[in-house]
Amino acid sequence: MKKNYLCRLEKKSELIPGIFDFTVYAPEISHTASCGQFLHILCSDKVFLRRPISICDVYGDFVRFIFEVKGDGTKELSFKKVGDNIDIMGPLGNSFIEGEYKNPVVIGGGIGIFPLFMLTKKLENPTVFLGFRDKSRIVIQDEFSAIAKTYIATDNGSYGYDGFAADMLKEYLRENDCGIIYSCGPAPMLKAIKTISEQADIPCRVSLEQRMGCGIGACLVCSCETIFTGVNKYKRVCKDGPVFWSSEVIL
Amino acid sequence: MNTKINFCGIDFKNPVVTASGTFGFGSEYGEYTELSKFGGYAVKGLTRHERSGNPPIRIAETPSGILNSVGLQNPGVEVFCSDIMPELSKIDSNVIVNMSGNTVSEYCEMAELISQTDAAIIEMNVSCPNVKKGGLAFGTDPSTVEELTKEVKKYCKKPLVVKLSPNVTSISDIAKAAESGGADGISLINTLLGMVIDVDTRKPVLANNTGGLSGPCVRPVAVRMVYEASKAVSIPVIGMGGVMSGKDVIEFMLAGASLVALGTGLFVNPMLADEVLEYINNYMSKYKIENLKDIIGTVTMN
Repeated sequence: MKKNYLCRLEKKSELIPGIFDFTVYAPEISHTASCGQFLHILCSDKVFLRRPISICDVYGDFVRFIFEVKGDGTKELSFKKVGDNIDIMGPLGNSFIEGEYKNPVVIGGGIGIFPLFMLTKKLENPTVFLGFRDKSRIVIQDEFSAIAKTYIATDNGSYGYDGFAADMLKEYLRENDCGIIYSCGPAPMLKAIKTISEQADIPCRVSLEQRMGCGIGACLVCSCETIFTGVNKYKRVCKDGPVFWSSEVIL
Repeated sequence: MNTKINFCGIDFKNPVVTASGTFGFGSEYGEYTELSKFGGYAVKGLTRHERSGNPPIRIAETPSGILNSVGLQNPGVEVFCSDIMPELSKIDSNVIVNMSGNTVSEYCEMAELISQTDAAIIEMNVSCPNVKKGGLAFGTDPSTVEELTKEVKKYCKKPLVVKLSPNVTSISDIAKAAESGGADGISLINTLLGMVIDVDTRKPVLANNTGGLSGPCVRPVAVRMVYEASKAVSIPVIGMGGVMSGKDVIEFMLAGASLVALGTGLFVNPMLADEVLEYINNYMSKYKIENLKDIIGTVTMN
């Protein structure tokens, strides 16, 4: 039987203002998690629902997740102190990896880069593109660079490529072979990447975000629109995803 | 100690059931709690034909609750009867099959189809706030509820429970109408119609604008309505609305519910049923209650 676990917060840091890096002791989760999966976290008794937060990395008995304070739930979560127990369901959802492909490209933007870290560790010889609004918002770039060839873009050109990561990807694909694209990031970015992958005829996996209820596929509220009809028109981000083939979803 | 409840002639090993729409078809929460521990469970609301449901966003958080607008996404009654129900029959628990229609004849056709399965009870939803046709339109007028129930009873070979909307002036009148129409039981409350506005975009959060409110914020309303409805009729009641603990289950039973459904609370605590059952046992020991059914409707008014 699965259950929710009380996980001790072992390490906590604020990487840049508003972005927190947590590591919890959660052997039941760390030993079964695959890249792309998420945690469903009870942030405090001040907000009603759990919050879905993607797994950034696992090592040994520990699970690491990084989140941005966006609303009341993540704000409450940011108040947790080392030694506190956090009520976590997980690992939930599916994996980024479905099948084997050569020359994988990983592309993410903003807080969408965190679930890509564990994926990048798993892949053979990946190329990584990360996009940020501004130089001041760049996080864990060094960690990606240590495990993969990593290119950075900033929307305002304050660091690295001047523009969107998706534009950098487009330029890269003109000169290089790519067997698959893995992506996670804001909706406009995923939309651009979906178009690029279709034009280049490269399979593409996208990790989606949606407001969630149960987190396990029972309540049908975290829907994304697909190309299918009838009862399959809307799929469950929590259970059928969060990772989908970009060709199947309407972004 | 005996937690058995006989509801509409069917034995439930305990009064703990689930609320339709919060529990899928059982398999998801079945990974967290043995489904056989439940007295019964209600499956996702079915319609005559498959439905895609409403576009996202379908959920908004509220103080102590949620607003949802799923819009009855489901594979349709026939797929349920042929592909899903046979699997559920293998589990030692009662299945409550929930159905919603656009028309009287759709309700009748569904009742006929579901009657041919191993379903224990058919729950007729006349109170869904998230669909344009049918649903709530049937459930807010006593004479419509009575007529619909009378008609569906002709085709229904299982105990028929009518699920009532709280979005009415007098819940007693609707409860009586269901009883006059021949309902074997009633269940309440469905969700309360609500709206949440995003002050930055100045638009409702839900794509469908309005949705159904559930969670502990509705519980006092639900307890009051279960009390009023159960006093108004002599058929048994399934109570629900914001159950978060075993204490809440007892509260609904004291108000007059024979069975009590867990719903939105499961999203927060997937192990809720286990905790509820433990609480019930402790409560029975504490107050030396031999038969749990003896507490139904025993609240004494001030």
